[in-house]
Amino acid sequence: MIHTCLQRIFLAAFLTMYYIGCNAGAEKGEVVFWALGAEGEHVAKLMPEFERRNPEIKVRVQMIPWNAAHEKLLTAFASNSLPDISQLGNTWIPEFRMLNAIENLNPRLGSSSTLKETSYFPGIWDTNIIDSSLYGIPWYVDTRVIFYRTDLLALAGYDRPPVSWDEWFDVSRKIVQQEIAESAILLPTNNEWAPQVILGLQKGSSLLRENDTYGNFRGTEFRDAMTTFHKFFTERLAPVKAQQFANIYQGMTQRQFAMLISGPWNIGEFSRRMPVELQDKWMTAPLPGPDGGIGVSLAGGSSLVVFRSSEKKEKVWKLIEYLSEPEVQMEFYRLTGDLPSRVEAWRNPLLAKNKYASAFFTQLNHVVATPKIPEWEQIAQKVREVTELISTNSMTVDEATMELDRAVDLMLEKRRWMAQHEE
Amino acid sequence: MKSNSTARIAFFFLAPALIAIGVFFFIPVVAAFVLSFTDFDIYSLGNWKYARLVGIKNYIDLVNDPLFWKALKNTLYFLFVGGPLSIAMSLATALLLQSKVVRFKGIFRTAYFAPVVTTLVAVAVVWRFVYHPRFGLLNYALSFAGIDPIDWLGDPHWAMPAIILLAVWKNFGYNMIIFIAGLQNIPQELYEAADIDGAGKWQQFTAITIPMLAPTTLFITIITMIGYIQLFAEPYVMTQGGPQDATLSIVLMMYEQGFRWWNMGYSAAVAFILFAIILVASLIQTWLSRRSRAS
Repeated sequence: MIHTCLQRIFLAAFLTMYYIGCNAGAEKGEVVFWALGAEGEHVAKLMPEFERRNPEIKVRVQMIPWNAAHEKLLTAFASNSLPDISQLGNTWIPEFRMLNAIENLNPRLGSSSTLKETSYFPGIWDTNIIDSSLYGIPWYVDTRVIFYRTDLLALAGYDRPPVSWDEWFDVSRKIVQQEIAESAILLPTNNEWAPQVILGLQKGSSLLRENDTYGNFRGTEFRDAMTTFHKFFTERLAPVKAQQFANIYQGMTQRQFAMLISGPWNIGEFSRRMPVELQDKWMTAPLPGPDGGIGVSLAGGSSLVVFRSSEKKEKVWKLIEYLSEPEVQMEFYRLTGDLPSRVEAWRNPLLAKNKYASAFFTQLNHVVATPKIPEWEQIAQKVREVTELISTNSMTVDEATMELDRAVDLMLEKRRWMAQHEE
Repeated sequence: MKSNSTARIAFFFLAPALIAIGVFFFIPVVAAFVLSFTDFDIYSLGNWKYARLVGIKNYIDLVNDPLFWKALKNTLYFLFVGGPLSIAMSLATALLLQSKVVRFKGIFRTAYFAPVVTTLVAVAVVWRFVYHPRFGLLNYALSFAGIDPIDWLGDPHWAMPAIILLAVWKNFGYNMIIFIAGLQNIPQELYEAADIDGAGKWQQFTAITIPMLAPTTLFITIITMIGYIQLFAEPYVMTQGGPQDATLSIVLMMYEQGFRWWNMGYSAAVAFILFAIILVASLIQTWLSRRSRAS
């Protein structure tokens, strides 16, 4: 309403002034570090040790809520008030690279004694590379795997998770036909695009074509993936109205579904929120591939970037090296549950013995980046919108993929114009 | 000569306000207007040479954008169902609170006004529970009437009614207070005279209360209309415009285009279309009321 609109404007004005004030108030030589959400809350606890080791550096951690972060970073860029270093969701890197806001880290990596490419998961590392230059150092990693009820799959005759799409459908059908659970798997099209995109990537779809200037959703690969996706709904293996599963833990407990595609944050949530008697009856598994073996998943997570406007890049790099030490990453894992980006850190018993984490480790070796263009997030939303129409049978797969290409081609018009302009 | 210096002094006193309005209102409005004729986007933010003057292309695209028509339809649905409902609700509660038979008026008045001053985000959390399809209070209540559970926020047909219900509940208290003030301004003598003349309660309501409240009602209608056309916060926190864009409003679309996708040019065009709609609607209302006053 009108007064809430005004409130928002005042709030925005206030926050802007607050941040300008903050940055201006930062002592000379202080490194300003923006960290997002829960990471921002916890990373401050790692700073005393860093400052003890480097008495000449002072770090000021500023916590930015996740849902305001993107907007805030862009407004900070526009008003020339970016921090020295920030956590950045790795899908945002192309955008800030395009804005020429973040530093090319190749030279620093070359001269670093502690950081090297081989310590990272290749698929994750790749998300930070644009035109063969490195723009971010992976900080923590994220991908999607299957969470499932072991007891329900066992009732359907599976004492291990499915390892191919055929098995995936087989176990799903058995779960529904034998009324082991109401549905086999939750695919919440009302707010998720990841499972749909993952299925497409598993089929080998490039999603976009011609240097990311046109949509490629009507290509056979993505269309096949959507035909499979559609089958989950027509065969009633996945609930069509997913909104009612606001509480997935309850849904899983009450046998409303037996499987779910989700990320590492849910290891902690499941441990906390599943009832005691079910605590040894859930498990994680890598995603099955279309023809067996491990299917690819999304290369998610956050990276640390250095802003070009910073005058303290030397100090910032030291901070990045410190936060990339395997022991520090493990400490961060203990604090937040965020999975470490350094492969060495995974040998730590705390992670090596966590049976839920091992599926993630396997999966992280099979991850691919989504298209590295600023429009990706908008395209992903469109994928969600259109695939929701597939799930409710409001559109056929052919209609939906055509519509998706039409909408995406419109979004990419600027890229095509720029490509011509460059030549 | 004298009037000239008075004018100068007046300008001197007005200067701070004029400068503030100029800097914080007129310049941004003009800038936004210019912006609406460009394709200013994330690429242009990085480099000005990637902004193109596109003439009225944004406006043409907007007219051809099915999402815009959907947003407009949703906004009008909200306005024409939610608006009258809200005003009727405000008037009804105001009449109840003014009637002689009701006790504890202070408590009720406070209770009805409380949602207006409550933070919407807090309200939204509670209402999401109320609307929950399996465990929600609303479906539980409806089950006694034999009505099957409704997926309030998940079903495209029910999401807007759910948002309207929430908005009416959240906002009617504000207009109610204005109506109460309006009712208190009606001279008691009119009712006494009507009593003597033998008019019933209903006749008193239609012949005295309604006409005497006309200025108040006009004010409330215009304010409510302007407010309701700018529907934003309710769907923003409850549904983010979903399901299937059933609760996407014009302002929400403008926000998404501007601050989520950074299509500033397109977003500015939405803003000016909205401005035009509000202007026309306000003009029609004033014209209608002037005509009714003349007759």
